[in-house]
Amino acid sequence: MLKVVEISNLTVQYPDVKALDDVSFVINQGDFLGIIGPNGAGKSTLFDSMLGLNTKYKGTIKFFGENIKKSKHYLKEIGYVPQKPIFEKNFPVTVNDVVSMGLRNESDKNKIDEILQQLWIHELSNRRIGELSGGQQQRVFIAKALVNNPKILILDEPVTGIDQQSIELFYSILRELNSKQKITIIWSSHDLDAVNQLANHVACLNRTLFFHGESEKFFSNDKLIKQYSEASMQEHMHHH
Amino acid sequence: MSLEILTYSFMHRALISGIAIAILCSVVGLFLVLRRYSLFGDAIAHSSFGGIALGLLAGVYPLWTAYGVSIVSALIITKIKDRYNISGDASIAVLLSSGIAVGLVIIGFSGGFTIDIFSFLFGSILLVSVDDTILILSLTGVILIVILLLYRQILYSTFNEEQAKVSGIPVEKINYLIVFMAGITVVTSIQLVGVLLISALFVIPNLTAIMYGKGFKQTAIISMSFSVFSVVVGILISYVFDITPAGTIVLLSIGLLAGTMVIKSAGLLSKN
Repeated sequence: MLKVVEISNLTVQYPDVKALDDVSFVINQGDFLGIIGPNGAGKSTLFDSMLGLNTKYKGTIKFFGENIKKSKHYLKEIGYVPQKPIFEKNFPVTVNDVVSMGLRNESDKNKIDEILQQLWIHELSNRRIGELSGGQQQRVFIAKALVNNPKILILDEPVTGIDQQSIELFYSILRELNSKQKITIIWSSHDLDAVNQLANHVACLNRTLFFHGESEKFFSNDKLIKQYSEASMQEHMHHH
Repeated sequence: MSLEILTYSFMHRALISGIAIAILCSVVGLFLVLRRYSLFGDAIAHSSFGGIALGLLAGVYPLWTAYGVSIVSALIITKIKDRYNISGDASIAVLLSSGIAVGLVIIGFSGGFTIDIFSFLFGSILLVSVDDTILILSLTGVILIVILLLYRQILYSTFNEEQAKVSGIPVEKINYLIVFMAGITVVTSIQLVGVLLISALFVIPNLTAIMYGKGFKQTAIISMSFSVFSVVVGILISYVFDITPAGTIVLLSIGLLAGTMVIKSAGLLSKN
């Protein structure tokens, strides 16, 4: 089994709080990994570190066997869908423009049509991005992430504020990308049921990693689920 | 309107330079507006005032010193803004006032050269020389080529800096490049509308075009067309009625913006 990501002893210390404490795990090629954890558990910090947006960490992160502090080449193999893509509502770009931004090689223009069709947004290609619903925008950003044929897709809580129908469609797209196109998926989510249905591996994060393994093992272990729920609940109370 | 004015060679130079500047300002300005940096052109223009005064004092062609001072101060202020985490509008205020302050002190030292300064404050497009015209055309050409070559990188880092970074685009370098190009564009355009009205050329045609265009290229082309229209018609009208070209050009583009807003609120344009 090919290791695509190796995280060893990752610790991120912010001035007032330790966001991640000695986190280590490995992601193999073809894994569909669901990362779960309450708000403030360090999911976004983990992603920022993996994507090179946060470089102030202790420990090592390797993609395809290479330390990401040494080379940025790995970014070419990654498609990233942020939690809520921030842009000016009136920004004058069409769906086609947005997906083109992701395209590294100008000569692959046909790829855009192909990917828009695959995600059921082909008929929107000449609409302005700001005119679309949250679910449609989501699919546009997935299209942008996929247009370079990435080996790994990273999604940060991608269904926040999106209608149920779009979520169903989105999940079926993810399942297909993982099973048919063999794309490794790293996906953070609040939705335990969805993780149970989709992911084949689970990482349970709350500053430290308190479970990582096959999702069956997690979801068949009531004690773990209870632990997770209690931790989330405490965090929830803490925040309100 | 008599067609005779189109036969004067100073009018040819004015129109050719004016069209080049109109296109340049609308393209560079579109990126600034979308980055919420609308007043940056204004700030660079004010800092160039210091450069112009320096040139007049030293006996150097004032636009050369203006290029130097504007570009350097724009890059420095961008660096300071990033280093000390100062907001965009505050850094613009610093740049804007320090340029004027330097200019005023230098003018004070020299005992005043008010007539020359006046043409830089309000523009003097009808006075551009052949050399000026060649310079304006070359700089416009170079900047447009750079933008076309780096189109995807510039657009992407304007649209979403973080995602552009994750895609491996050198976002910081692109930001400095835009500031550098804005510096050149502003000083080049001073001859058309002067220091005080520069930001109108950067901002107004783009605000108008954003209400019409769907995609990015379409919006840029619409903005260029509005900008060229205002400049050409503005120069001709101002000559015929003997009024200031800078004011006329800016009022025309404001007219186009106001007209578009009326059309839009009447529901004749699709809502974005």
